[in-house]
Order: sequence, then structure tokens, then C-alpha cells
Amino acid sequence: MVAIKMAGLTKKYKNLTAVDAIDLEIRQGELFSLLGVNGAGKTTTIKLLTCLTKPTNGDAFVGGYSITKEPNQVKQLIGVSPQETAVAPNLSVEENLTLICGIHGFSKETAKERIRELDRQFGLHAVLRKKAGELSGGWQRRVSIAMALISQPQILFLDEPTLGLDVMARHELWEAIQGLKGKTTIILTTHYMEEAQALSDRIGILKDGSLLAVGTVEELNRKAGTHDFETAFVSLVRGAGR
Amino acid sequence: MRMLTFAQRCTKEILRDPINLGFGLGFPLALLLLLSAMQTNIPVDLFGIDTLTPGITVFGMSFMTLFTATLIAKDRESALLQRLYTTPLTGLEFILGYMLPILPIALAQTVICYLFAVPLGLTVSVNVVYAILGMIPVAIFYIALGLLCGSILGVKQVGGICGALLTNLSAWLSGVWFDLNLLGGTFSQIANALPFVHAVEMEKALCCGDFALAMSHILPILLYGVGIAVIAVFCFLTQMRKQ
Repeated sequence: MVAIKMAGLTKKYKNLTAVDAIDLEIRQGELFSLLGVNGAGKTTTIKLLTCLTKPTNGDAFVGGYSITKEPNQVKQLIGVSPQETAVAPNLSVEENLTLICGIHGFSKETAKERIRELDRQFGLHAVLRKKAGELSGGWQRRVSIAMALISQPQILFLDEPTLGLDVMARHELWEAIQGLKGKTTIILTTHYMEEAQALSDRIGILKDGSLLAVGTVEELNRKAGTHDFETAFVSLVRGAGR
Repeated sequence: MRMLTFAQRCTKEILRDPINLGFGLGFPLALLLLLSAMQTNIPVDLFGIDTLTPGITVFGMSFMTLFTATLIAKDRESALLQRLYTTPLTGLEFILGYMLPILPIALAQTVICYLFAVPLGLTVSVNVVYAILGMIPVAIFYIALGLLCGSILGVKQVGGICGALLTNLSAWLSGVWFDLNLLGGTFSQIANALPFVHAVEMEKALCCGDFALAMSHILPILLYGVGIAVIAVFCFLTQMRKQ
């Protein structure tokens, strides 16, 4: 079953085409990575799919709802963890999670139950009462993802979830993301090859707003005629530039 | 329900910022104390406690603009607002969520100012209650101004424009510190074309129980309040769409 369908999705800013007529289907329960160098159009694609910005041309259907015609229905289905840490700094971790529950209309009991579940899933117990703004970068990212998940979204968007994190924090976050695979459709943007390789069911390689190639790591390696994914990525991106 | 949840969050963000509390409450009280002490030594009619207190409560409202604008500008510059824009919260719920929590804070500040003025010699009567209620349209004007500034300015600009310029303009053009007529016609005309002096005069009139005079000053406050609120809502929704 298709979770997301992009049909000629395009976003232009004056003379710049940030997303160029993307056609793509992402299956339910799949972890799909959008991989590309800086300025490839990853974040703009996420902004389009999460109704933060409107496409110049084309459309996308998230859970069957059009992002242009039915943004309110789309917003009921999704959870988003933006590139920058998105927490309320003067609120405790528990209050941040409660805030998102309240905005999604959960009862107090349901909110408490969801916080308990995420506490178990992300090991938040030690920081639940601490102010979010006082946590380390790694913890803030973890809380940010937990906030995106607390509404039990069908589709989760993670924009550069490990950007700026140290190796340990990155691997801990990978484990948490891997724990979600299969249950939730996840669209992840990254420019780390090893991250895309370790986590993804399929990868889409973006360059200058265009989708150059889509496939599993093995399929992309085969397409580039190499056994190393980083070499495959460089080859595919350079090949498109010629 | 969703709006109230967001409003609760905004209240917590403001009340947990010690600089907000220190300036918003401490500064007006310090001014009341200082100017009352000056009045004791060098009597000036303008600084009599019955005249000074309404003026200082109105001056204190300029900090409500600063609180509102800072909160919104900070949210806009962080990714939190981006996250919240992807939730089912509507534009109207955002606006009410930002504005409503400041109103009780503004009224609490007013009550504290009047209570603080009692041991300094303020005449206590039922008129003080009317003066406190009279602050509601004044507070709405200042909060709407905060929504406007927070929607179009960055955090640093808010600090300069709301924290320095507005607080000073609001003080100079309100007739709290000096009689506006002393500076001549043009200055007085400019001041009278703006709502600050009307807010102070309305509060003074309510404190004295002169309701007819108070009513003559309420119209400019209401007009500015509604006008600024409409522009602020437009600017907030525009930046929300741009996001």
C-alpha cells in the first residue's frame, strides 16, 4: 500500500528550482531516505510533504490526502522532527510531550500513557523532569523525535536527525529509529552515506532538486557498477552533472 | 482545547524567564518607589501617588508588548514553530494562544502595582477596581502591538524596538514623566494622536471616579487596539504562510 505519492512535485523560488518535478511512491511501513549534498532539495521536499510550503507545480498525496487541497487531513497523519532541534526550551521534557499530546487533542490519561510508552522506547526517564533547553544536543534530538512520535503518526518525517551529533549519540539515535521500522512509514533526509545505508529500506538520491536514482543500497551499487555505496553515490551524482 | 494547551505553554515560557519577571514587574515597582521618594523630598504634583500610579501601570504595559513580541520572535527563529505549523493548530488558535496568556499577566501586574502603591499613600476606593478593569483595553492594545512586532521582527530587533524604543516612547508620550504642554503644541498634538496619553488620562480619571472624562479617552485606545490587532493578525498569518 502506498503511503506517499509524489506527482510532478515542483517548488521554485524565483530563478531557483529547489524541487524539480519529482515522481515517487513510498510504501507503507517503509524507511525511505532522501540522500543528497547540501542544497539538493531534501529539506524543501520535506517542507512540501508536511504542508509547510506549497508546491509551484504538481501535487503529493500523503496517506491518500492531497497536500495542496487537504492539508488539514495530512497534518492529522504526520509527525515531523525538523532539522533544527524543535523543543520548547523552558518546558520540561514531559511538558514538551504533553504539549504535543494536547495539540493533537489527547486526553490527560492517553497523554500519560503515550509518555510512558515513549519513555520506555527512548529511555527518557532520566530527563523527563529536566528543562528541554538544558539538555545536550543528542538528548534534545531524541526528545524532538519523541515529540514527533507521540501523536502516533502514520508517517514520520525526520529531517537530518543526526546532524551535529557525536558518534555515540548518532548510533543511539539509529537504534531508536531502527526500533520504529515496519510500524511507521519514515522519510528521513541525510547527507551521511553510512546513515542512509544503515537505516534505509530504499534510498532516493537528490541533486539540484531532481531525483537521480531510487533503489535499495544493492540496486544503487549495481546501477553505479561498484560495491561501495559512497563510491556509488559519488558516481551517480557526478554522472548526472556531465 | 488545542488553543488552551498552546496558551498554557506560552504562559510557562514567559513566567519561567526570570528577566521577564524582573523587568515586567520589578521595574514599574522600583519606579513607583523611587518617584514617590522624590515626591516626599521635592513635592511635584505629577508625582503624587494618586497621579503617578495610573501612569506607571500604563507604562508597565509596554513590557507586555516586549514579552509577547519576544516569545513570538523566539519561536519564529527556532524550529518549534515550524514543528507546530505541521500540527492541526489553526492560525486563529496560534494567535489566541499567544495573546490570551498575557492578559492575566498584564492584569496581575496592574493589581500588584496598585497594591504596592497603597502603603505609599494611594487613596483606596472602589474606583481602583474600575481603574484595574479599565486596563483591559489598554492591555489588549499593548499585547496586539507585541503580536505585530513579534510577527515582523527578529529577536534582536524586538529587544531594540520594543525593549528600548517603545518603552521610552510610551513613557515620553504619555505625560507620566512631564506635562506634555510644557513642550509645546506640536509635541502635545503628536502625543494626543497616539494612544499612550489617553490610556494614562483614562486611568487617572477612573481612579478619581470621573467616568465621563474616562469615556472621552477610551475611544482612541479602542481604535488603536482594534487597528493594531487587525494588522497584527494579518502579519502573523502572512509570516505563517511564508514559513
